[in-house]
Amino acid sequence: MTTTVASHSSTRRAAPARTRVRPRGPGRLFDKTAVNLALLVLALGFVVPLVWLLLAAFDARAGAAVSWPHPWTLGNFRAILTYDTTYRPMLNGFILCGGGTVVTVVASVLAAYPLSRYQFRAKRPFLLTILFATGLPITAIMVPVYGMFVQANLIDTLTGTILFMATTALPISIWLTKNFMDGVPIELEEAAWTDGAGAMQGLRSVVLPLMWPGLAVVTIYTFIGLWGNFFVPFVLLSSNDRLPASVSIYTFFGQYGQVVYGQLAAYSMLYSLPAVLLYLVLSRRLGGAFSFSGAVKG
Amino acid sequence: MSVATTTAPGARVRRGLTQGLPLAPAVVLLLVFLAGPILYCVYSAFTDMALTGASGAQFVGLDNFREAFGSTQFRQSLVYTLVFTVLSAIIGQNVLGMVLALLMRAGSTWVRALVSAIVVGAWVMPEVVAGYMWSAFLGDKGSLNEILGRLSLPSQDWLFSVPILAVSLANVWRGTAFSMLVYSAALSEVPKEIEESATMDGAGTVQRLWSITLPMIRRTITTNLMLITLQTLSVFGLIWTMTRGGPSNKSTTLPIFAYQQAFQLSQLGYGTALALVLLAIGGGFSLVYLRALRLEEGRR
Repeated sequence: MTTTVASHSSTRRAAPARTRVRPRGPGRLFDKTAVNLALLVLALGFVVPLVWLLLAAFDARAGAAVSWPHPWTLGNFRAILTYDTTYRPMLNGFILCGGGTVVTVVASVLAAYPLSRYQFRAKRPFLLTILFATGLPITAIMVPVYGMFVQANLIDTLTGTILFMATTALPISIWLTKNFMDGVPIELEEAAWTDGAGAMQGLRSVVLPLMWPGLAVVTIYTFIGLWGNFFVPFVLLSSNDRLPASVSIYTFFGQYGQVVYGQLAAYSMLYSLPAVLLYLVLSRRLGGAFSFSGAVKG
Repeated sequence: MSVATTTAPGARVRRGLTQGLPLAPAVVLLLVFLAGPILYCVYSAFTDMALTGASGAQFVGLDNFREAFGSTQFRQSLVYTLVFTVLSAIIGQNVLGMVLALLMRAGSTWVRALVSAIVVGAWVMPEVVAGYMWSAFLGDKGSLNEILGRLSLPSQDWLFSVPILAVSLANVWRGTAFSMLVYSAALSEVPKEIEESATMDGAGTVQRLWSITLPMIRRTITTNLMLITLQTLSVFGLIWTMTRGGPSNKSTTLPIFAYQQAFQLSQLGYGTALALVLLAIGGGFSLVYLRALRLEEGRR
């Protein structure tokens, strides 16, 4: 026990030399087993709804009820792997979300640079506004955005939707990028400056290479967020050949009149795959609680 | 900055502009696509703008708001929004996330890895997929009824009998991971020694949790509550895919209601007034969140 701890704990009685450790033995073991059991039960609750999705995707005669596939088949996947049903919506999704992510990340890096490196009077109000904007419900402004897009002739265009989606991700992305950039010591850049490099050159050749793990977090985080976004493309896009995977899964329902559950499940799995894979990349590289210390604690 | 101070004010302005230039793309995007719509929202909420023929919009003052607060459907949607937020975010995600985070600290490594993979998996899944999965799970012939049947408990179409409960449950499933990750991160910063010395002073598990651990992460709890409330307020896709606000509007939260009024009934003015109410609620929570963050900074 160190002195700092003693000062932290509200010592109600003068503590003598604390040599006693937490009781070990059968009692502790039982505790641990109970905790593990409780965790597994909770996890089971999370798994049960997923079971239907996993089974139905491989079941040719899947319905809303859960049933063991009999026989297991890849027929559902074969049926949906066509240009109109899967490839085009996925491609649209990659164009929309990829484009949005590129715009977001580029704008964030540029914006984060002065916010991280210079002192100016508007900096604090600007950062507070950004933080405030991260909390605004984007759902609420979709109605006026629709009106604006109609008047500006941007409705049902990929460019307009990409720019808007990028903007919705921008506040949190600027915030995270700035925090990551703060972690790169300025001395390294000053060395580059004395060698005659400009600010942007310093950013490109010194700062970015040093903060690429942070940048990867922002990029993947933004992409996953946009990939799952349903409401924005649902409102702003209407042509079938421009709809991304998130919206076309929804039209998938009505198209056949009757719901083809097996195919819906198969499609759901394919559509979820990029987000899940990217998250795995993210968590393997950087540990589970990646951006939260930056996002929640400011 | 260690750059030498310049003498002429003109040069200083010029240097300020050059330094601020990289901010331009972000600022332009935010002004055009975020501040613009918000201002437009404020403006059109006071007009009778319709989806067809937006040119003939008339200024109608507070009529839209009067209509809204006078309509039972609007008040109903406010109540459902409140129920949805309290049930799924403040109680469901928050408490379950905390319980998971606390249990994780005491669990074995492999259980921890397995459980967090499952919970986070639910979070990463797109909301539309989660919506369909849950409507299949809770539906008439769904897995839940199957399970209840095995236990010889009465089954029902949960989406029909208690739609708001059904969508809340789905939102708990989807959103708990966020709270769990936030709380895990916060708990990992609580020094083990403090808790151990409390145990040696004779505090039980519950007492230790209540009087030592939770107060220590109090501020994280506040900020997390704000964040999940804000996220839950704007949930649209999940509810839309599960119930579309039905049956007979019994799961129509404010975002769904505003969408229906603006797009399905073509009352853009009225719809934006509703959206403005939602925006104001969200803005209020966001301000509280900012304040909580600042207090936290001050305490450090």
